[in-house]
Amino acid sequence: MTLLEARRIEKAFGRTRALRGVSVAIGSGEIVAITGPSGSGKSTLLHCLSGIMCPETGEVHYDGRRIDTLDEAARTRLRREAFGVVFQFGRLVPELTAAENVALPLLFGGNGREESATVARAWLERMDALDVADARPGELSGGQLQRVAVARALVTGPKVVFADEPTGALDSVAGERVLGLLLEAARVNGSTVVIVTHDNRVAAHADREIVVRDGAAAGVVV
Amino acid sequence: MLDRLFIECIFACMSTGHILLGLLTERPKHGYELKREHDDRLPGVKPIAYGQVYATLQRLERDGKVAVSGTAKEGGPERTVYEITGDGADEVHRWLAEIEPPAPYVSSALFVRVVLALIAEGTADGYLLRQRAAHLERMRELTARKNTAGISAGELLATDYALYHLDADLRWLETARQRIDELTQEIRT
Repeated sequence: MTLLEARRIEKAFGRTRALRGVSVAIGSGEIVAITGPSGSGKSTLLHCLSGIMCPETGEVHYDGRRIDTLDEAARTRLRREAFGVVFQFGRLVPELTAAENVALPLLFGGNGREESATVARAWLERMDALDVADARPGELSGGQLQRVAVARALVTGPKVVFADEPTGALDSVAGERVLGLLLEAARVNGSTVVIVTHDNRVAAHADREIVVRDGAAAGVVV
Repeated sequence: MLDRLFIECIFACMSTGHILLGLLTERPKHGYELKREHDDRLPGVKPIAYGQVYATLQRLERDGKVAVSGTAKEGGPERTVYEITGDGADEVHRWLAEIEPPAPYVSSALFVRVVLALIAEGTADGYLLRQRAAHLERMRELTARKNTAGISAGELLATDYALYHLDADLRWLETARQRIDELTQEIRT
């Protein structure tokens, strides 16, 4: 069953056409890799699918509902409730501890402070990062940062996890560990995972690959 | 078990004699033990035949690299035990001090197919996508194998070796796609 779909979406930045009529459909529970060379539009596609940005033309649907026409507040709510995002460099709040960073989406969702802190620590433990729960991002290694970022993305039990080059800043062994933890947790959650990557070894973890070239889906490798 | 296809060709040129000498540096062993250790400790490498083990041991004995040190009987037939000699130890350490020569030629079947697709069909786009799909599918299989519970460190490393080589091919395929216009022009002039 299709959970997430882009229909002929186009997006430009100034005179650069980043997406030129891309159509993709992603099923519930699927792990999909979006690959392509630098500048191909793969991150833009992920941002449009996740409601971070909206295409100029075309449509984006999530769970049977069109989301590209929602206003900013509604898309923010959708992202908070249904989506989790992992970026290449974690993007944690530097002033907060790892545990506080992970608890943040729960607090935004209206959960109590104590309950949020307990759940956050449980997720850090699942990500093998409980030992850094009270450390701030500046004190963490790249691998620890990403494991905390994965915990933060998954703490609300999202239906879809978007990951933009989640292991791009890590060496291969650390990257593999982060990816393994992310995919295992997503499987247990039953989450759909959409990973943007230029790394073939990361793409090999996915059930399916969508190749983006020059702003268009060049071929879908099943 | 590991699919051996990817790695066996890489080790094919390696001397069986050097492998057996290397295994004998630990302690004296009989042929059956050497065969079993070869297959267990070099996962992904084509299993060695018993006949090849015994033929190689005889050759090494003839050349003074190993010597018979006794016999062993472990619930089966009596087996000849071999030990490495001083010459044999020198040989294995000399071999380990060498490097494998980096491949000097572009002999890849992938490269040949790209050029011939351009010559015979005027485009290689379809081939490049199909080959990418095939390579990635194999990488998926190997990745799934890496995630198998209880995989040994040796199997993990052998699988990584195969994955890295497939990854290199995939990166080359992408470079080929980006340079295809130049190559097409060169072929047509």
